Amino acid sequence: MPEMPDPVVPQLDAEAVKARNKRNLWLGLALAGFVLLVMVMTFIRLNTAAGVSERM
Amino acid sequence: MTDALLIPQKRYATAVDYLNLMKPRIMMLVVFTGFAGLVAASSMTGVSMHPVMAAIATLAVALGSGAAGAINMWYDSDIDAVMSRTSTRPIPSGAVPRDEALALGLIVSGVSVMLMWLASNWLAAALLAFSIFYYGVIYTMWLKRATSQNIVIGGGAGAFPPVIGWAAVTGNMPLDAWILFAIIFFWTPPHFWALSLLAHKEYAKVSVPMLPVTHGAKVTRTQILIYTLVLVPVSLLPLATGLGGWIYGAAALGLGAAFIAYAVRLTRSKAGGPDAEGADMKLARNTFVFSIFYLFALFGAVLVEHAAGLHFPLVGV
Repeated sequence: MPEMPDPVVPQLDAEAVKARNKRNLWLGLALAGFVLLVMVMTFIRLNTAAGVSERM
Repeated sequence: MTDALLIPQKRYATAVDYLNLMKPRIMMLVVFTGFAGLVAASSMTGVSMHPVMAAIATLAVALGSGAAGAINMWYDSDIDAVMSRTSTRPIPSGAVPRDEALALGLIVSGVSVMLMWLASNWLAAALLAFSIFYYGVIYTMWLKRATSQNIVIGGGAGAFPPVIGWAAVTGNMPLDAWILFAIIFFWTPPHFWALSLLAHKEYAKVSVPMLPVTHGAKVTRTQILIYTLVLVPVSLLPLATGLGGWIYGAAALGLGAAFIAYAVRLTRSKAGGPDAEGADMKLARNTFVFSIFYLFALFGAVLVEHAAGLHFPLVGV
């Protein structure tokens, strides 16, 4: 089987890497925030539903 | 001068660039009016919303506004690059690639609608989705470059937040919510045309048919006065339905009188015309700035009355 050539990786200078890492950090924080929000909303909805069923 | 000085330096996008893509200043106004609708709905109907859910619903409105802004900047990047007022925006400045701006707009649109649905109900989520479509597609892609009435019809997009806020609490859209919609709808033309009197040459340069470009400055100034004269009675409608009380009434009358005074002075000026002087252009700028204050103060009065228990309506509710 012929050997596949290595993929060409674009060379980034130090400043570009730093900027990319910062963007990735913010993206990670945004995703974590989204997950947290969905978790909190699920918790509140479940609690509200439990409260309603207890009153019935 | 060397070429190096003429070529803009390559700069890398920061989080601030992505934030700017979402038009944060418009976002603030959208959040404020949406939150006012939410608080007023709760106070008027007695239906309460979990405070965390209310905060997330407000965040969803902010994200929806930002998503629409990003889609707008993606589509308008060609003309933004030509106009000096917008040439420093993230896409024309080279910080953010166009495709990324579109991706951000579409993803945040989906996230905002989903958050709204989870935090409140399908009606508020559907209204939010429609308002994003209204701004991103109907206004930006269909109207803005096609008709001088672009800002009149497109103004509907920015008028949705209080209706969304109201629907998030109650699950419906009564007359009071649509009155708040109408206030922003009739406020948008005088607000935006005051700005376009200042920037009409830029719009002409990119062939965007803003009213001062197609019909001239005089017609625009007259239209500003007409819409302001319609806006002020509309802003008094909450007094008739009981949505607005004494504080709101005093604010609406005072602010409305001041707005009309600005519009009358602007009509008599030469602002936006070929023979406009510095004072005329300053008046157009002041009218634009005052219009922002007007909307913040008017919806601030709604908030104060309904959030601080100071709602004393003039008519029985």
